[in-house]
Amino acid sequence: MYPDGTSPQEIITHEAEKTMKTDIILAGVGGQGILSIATIIGSAALADGLRLKQAEVHGMSQRGGDVQSNLRISDKPIASDLIPLGEADLIISLEPMEALRYVPYLAENGWIVTNTTPFVNIPDYPDMEAIKEELGRFPNVVAFDMDAVAKEVASARAANMVLLGAAAPYVGMPVEKLEQAICNVFSRKGEAIVESNLKAFRAGLNHKS
Amino acid sequence: MPRRLSKSNHTMKRKQLLLGDEAFALGAINAGLSGGYAYPGTPSTEILEFIQAHPVASERDIHSHWSTNEKTAVEEALGMSFCGKRAIACMKHVGLNVAADPFVNAAMTGANGGLIVVAADDPSMHSSQNEQDSRFYGDFALIPVLEPSDQQEAYDMARYGFELSEKRGIPVLLRLVTRLSHSRAVVETDETASPENQLHYPKNPKQWVLMPAMSRARYKQLLKDLKDFEADSESSPFNIYKEGKEKRLGIITNGIAYNYVKEAYEGEPNVSVLKISQYPLPGKLVARLFDECENVMVVEEGQPLIERQLRGTLDRGAKIYGKMTGELPLSGELNPEIVSKAISTLSERLGVDASGVRRHGGRAASQVVMPRPPALCQGCGHRDVYAALNGVLEEYENPRVFGDIGCYTLGFLSPFNAIDTCVDMGASITMAKGAADAGQHPAVAIIGDSTFTHSGMTGLLDAVNENSPITVIISDNLTTGMTGGQDSQGTGKLEEICLGIGVPQEHLRTIESLPKNVEEMKKLFREEIEYKGLSVIISRRECIQTARRHKKS
Repeated sequence: MYPDGTSPQEIITHEAEKTMKTDIILAGVGGQGILSIATIIGSAALADGLRLKQAEVHGMSQRGGDVQSNLRISDKPIASDLIPLGEADLIISLEPMEALRYVPYLAENGWIVTNTTPFVNIPDYPDMEAIKEELGRFPNVVAFDMDAVAKEVASARAANMVLLGAAAPYVGMPVEKLEQAICNVFSRKGEAIVESNLKAFRAGLNHKS
Repeated sequence: MPRRLSKSNHTMKRKQLLLGDEAFALGAINAGLSGGYAYPGTPSTEILEFIQAHPVASERDIHSHWSTNEKTAVEEALGMSFCGKRAIACMKHVGLNVAADPFVNAAMTGANGGLIVVAADDPSMHSSQNEQDSRFYGDFALIPVLEPSDQQEAYDMARYGFELSEKRGIPVLLRLVTRLSHSRAVVETDETASPENQLHYPKNPKQWVLMPAMSRARYKQLLKDLKDFEADSESSPFNIYKEGKEKRLGIITNGIAYNYVKEAYEGEPNVSVLKISQYPLPGKLVARLFDECENVMVVEEGQPLIERQLRGTLDRGAKIYGKMTGELPLSGELNPEIVSKAISTLSERLGVDASGVRRHGGRAASQVVMPRPPALCQGCGHRDVYAALNGVLEEYENPRVFGDIGCYTLGFLSPFNAIDTCVDMGASITMAKGAADAGQHPAVAIIGDSTFTHSGMTGLLDAVNENSPITVIISDNLTTGMTGGQDSQGTGKLEEICLGIGVPQEHLRTIESLPKNVEEMKKLFREEIEYKGLSVIISRRECIQTARRHKKS
C-alpha cells in the first residue's frame, strides 16, 4: 500500500486506462493544402494502430472559400466524426484569420498553431494587427511566418509541412512517427520531394519565434 | 449475416484509411462488382473515382465510365442487373430526382444481379440546393434502404446489400450523408475481391416488361415481399437494440446520428438505444422500445421519416419527442452539441438521470473573422463570360439571366451578381424559354458543358421547335469542374449536338473565353440577343484547375 492509500495493482490499472486522444481542427483556404497535413497525421495514426476519424470539406468551398477538417485520433473507439464545441486540443491553420474562425471549438488548454501570412481574397479582410492582437489573447499560441520559413529551407509550397512541424509537439504522437509518415506519403514523388518536405517539417519543429 | 466477416470465416483482412465513399466503393469491388455507374455530384463523386483508380477494376474491366446523368446511370446499372451481374449506381440526393423514374420502376422489375442505388444526402446543404432525405424514395418505391453509421458499415453494407438484393430480387437503396461520405476512418477490408457473377437471365422474364397486366401481378407480389423486407430489418446486423437500465426514456436513432448519441454519453447510455440502419422500420424492435420505455426520443439525421411513421396520421399525444416537437431542429445536420443538449434537456424534464450526458460549451466566436465565400478561380473562363455578359446587359432595361448548376453559379455572388435563378440541372434553358414565352427579353440562359449534356439538351429541343427568342450560352470548360474535374460527356461534340438538335448554323456561335476576347464576346452576345429567335453561343476555355493538372502530367 502506498501512502495515498492506493495499491500498486491499482496504479497499474490506472496506467493501462490512460488514453491517447487528440482532437484537431485543420483550417485554411481552399487550395492551400490542409488535406495533405491530414493525410500525413492519418497515415502516422494508422501505422501506430490508433483509431482516427477525419471529416473533410469537398466541393464548392474548395474554390477559394474557407475550408476545415476535423481530425480525431484516439486509442479508443471514436463516436462522432465532428469535434464537439470546446473540445479541440489543437487548431492548426495555414492562415491567421482562419485559425480564429474555429476558436469556439478550442478546449480550455488547447493550442493554436498558425501561419501568420494572410491570404487576402476578400475585400473586407480584417486588419492584421487586430488578428495578431486577438491571437495574443490565447495562452497557447505558436504563430510565425511559415511561408518565409518554407521558402528559406525548401520551397513556398512546403509551408504546410512547416506548419505540421510546428504543431508536431501537440499532436500526441512521437515526432519520428510523423517523419516516417511524411516519407511514406511522399515516397512515390521521389527522394528529393521527401527530403524537401522533411526539411520543412524540421524547420517548423525547431523554429523559435 | 455477421457484421464483421473476419470473426466468422477467418479470411485475411487489412486495415485502410478510407472516406465513407471509398469504403463503400472498395466494399463493392471486393463483393464482385461488375459495373459502377454515376454522374458526379458532391458528396457522392469519390465512389466512382475510387473504382476508376482501383487496380482490380482495370484488371477485371469493371465498368466505371461516367454516365451522362443519373437517369442513364440507374438504367445502365439495371441493365447489368438484368444480366445477372452486380452493379451500383451512385449520385447525390438531388440526382435521385433525375433518376426517380427508373429507380421507382426498378422496384417493379426487381433486380436479378445485386443492384445498389447510392444516394448521398447533404444535410446542411454544404454543396446543394436542398436537403431532401432519400429514405423517403425508398419508402414509397417499396425498396429496402441501408444507412451506414460509420465507414466500416459503409464497407460491409456493399456485400450485404448485394446479397440482400439478390435474395429478395429487389434493388437496394444505400443512403449516405456528407459527414460520412467525406469523413475518413480506419476500415478493416478483405484482402481479395470475390469473383463476379456469371451472366445469367431473370427467372421470371415477364416481370421485366412493365405493361399493365404484368405490372398488376408484379405489384401484388411486391406488396407481399414487403413483409420479407421488414423481417430482414428485424434480423439485420445493422439494426441494434441496446437496453438501458432507465425505463423512462428510450432513444431511436438512425445512421450517423447514432454517433452523436454515443458521443453525448460519457460511458454507456443509461437509456435504451435503438439504432436503425436498415429499412423498412423493424416493427418488432420499435414495439419493444415502446413497450419498455415510457417516453421515446427520435434523434434522426435528415427529415423526420422515422418520427412521422411512429406518430402515424393521428398523433394522439404519444410520448414521442424529436424534430416535430421541437426537441431537435428540423433543418440542418445534427452535431454533437445539438444532440447532447437535446438529450440532457429532455432527460432532466422527464426526471431521468442526465449526469452521464456530456455538456459542450465553447468560447465566444471571434469578432475579427469575416466570411470567406467561395469564388470563381483566377484565370477561369466563366469570369470572362460574365464580364462580357454584364457589359452587354447594361444596355437593356430589364434583362434576366437564368443560371444553372456548376461553378458558374458563383456568378451570382459579388463582383458579378450576374444570374437571377439557379434551380436544378438544365433549368436555365427551359426557364429562359418559359420567361420568353411570358414576354421576357432579353432572356439569357447560362449553362456549363456537363450540365448541358446532363439535362440541357432536351430543353434545347423545346426551344428549337418553337424558335424561342432566347440566348443560350454554353460556358464550356471541357470538364465537370465543380466536382473536381471529371470527364464531361459532351467534350468535343457540343457543336454537333446543337446542330443535330436543330439549332440553325448561323445562330450557333463559338468563341474562346479569354480576357482579350471580352470586347468580341460582347459584340457576339449583343448580336444574338438582338436576334428574335433561338441562338446558342459556345464560349470555350479549359478549366484552369484541369489545365494545371494536364500541364503537370
